[in-house]
Amino acid sequence: MSKVITITSGKGGVGKTTTSAAFATGLAQRGNKTVVIDFDVGLRNLDLIMGVERRVVFDFINVINGDANLNQALIKDKRVDNLYIFPTSQTRDKDALSKEGVERVINELRDNFDYIICDSPAGIEHGALTALYHADAAIIVTNPEVSSVRDSDRILGMLASKSRRAEENEAPVDEYLLLTRYSPERVERGEMLSIEDVQEILSVPLIGVIPESEAVLKASNTGMPVILDTESTAGIAYGDAVARFLGEQREMRFLKTQKKSLLRTLFGKA
Amino acid sequence: MMMSIMERLFRKRNDTASVAKERLQIVLAHERAGRTAPDFLPLLQKELLSVVAKYLEVEDEMIKITLEKAGEVSVLEINVELDKARIRKSLPIATEGKPIETKKAAAGI
Ligand SMILES: Nc1ncnc2c1ncn2[C@@H]1O[C@H](COP(=O)(O)OP(=O)(O)O)[C@@H](O)[C@H]1O
Ligand SMILES: [Mg+2]
Repeated sequence: MSKVITITSGKGGVGKTTTSAAFATGLAQRGNKTVVIDFDVGLRNLDLIMGVERRVVFDFINVINGDANLNQALIKDKRVDNLYIFPTSQTRDKDALSKEGVERVINELRDNFDYIICDSPAGIEHGALTALYHADAAIIVTNPEVSSVRDSDRILGMLASKSRRAEENEAPVDEYLLLTRYSPERVERGEMLSIEDVQEILSVPLIGVIPESEAVLKASNTGMPVILDTESTAGIAYGDAVARFLGEQREMRFLKTQKKSLLRTLFGKA
Repeated sequence: MMMSIMERLFRKRNDTASVAKERLQIVLAHERAGRTAPDFLPLLQKELLSVVAKYLEVEDEMIKITLEKAGEVSVLEINVELDKARIRKSLPIATEGKPIETKKAAAGI
């Protein structure tokens, strides 16, 4: 059974595209045929984060308008088997994604893929609603910060009322909280909402915590999904989150401030 | 839900995170209540207004209806702001013969 997973947040700049790229790559690495779609019409960026910007020929809008078929638009990743990128267009017409058009494309993708990852634009209007409409599962990307938490709550409200599953009275969308840009130091100093705080407020099961990490910027510089940087805390944390999504039990990591242990200090290991 | 006295007492001087949590809990409680409001609320508000308007000169925005959920119980709260309202000179029931009391207490003002 094919599954549509929407990566959403309400607020912009919290890490949706970073997460979409990481999740899609992680799912594909584990042998699932996966496609990641950019729903952020006009602000195409997933192609850059995935490092395929020079290979874009046709896009989502072309396929919806019937100017190209799916096979012509899907870009096969060169690093990871089973992974495909479906870029969006740069059009300024935000309504270019018609409801019928998107439905037709999603249904065609469902016939061919195990996982369809939808990278949502920011906001709670047309664009974000289009990206979440077909969701079977949603990953709510949240930063430990007031406006991000509030917007996540609004998006949860939309999932419960405006998704296809809600409209057709099916089982509700599976919701998961992914806390990103987490800084244990700042939480310890009382400057940042803790995991427990955010979970208590949103009451959605936690799928992972991605620490604030310099590796994310570095990965985006070179067009490599950060999950492929297995040396980095963010890359490892994304790997854990994907494993949990697939049902594995994994402890949360990187939640404590890094205090050097006596042994480490003695032997000079950082 | 709200912060306990102990938590308040031991809140570190620069602990802004607990302030953030408290503010979020309050604002989201309101926003969620607004979201889960059933569809009949606007109509109920309109009809209530028309009934009240038979007796009192009231404006649209003087009636507020909210439905709040606190755990297991839901509370339907109807607020009619009366300080600016005036009792109508020709009360509809008065035409049925019986004079009605226009004392403040009777109108609930
Ligand atoms: N865990 C993280 N640590 C550090 N920077 C991050 C992290 N996650 C995202 N970022 C940065 O935040 C910015 C926004 O990320 P992006 O994924 O484009 O967000 P969105 O798609 O929600 O707008 C980018 O500059 C990205 O590099
Ligand atoms: Mg984005």
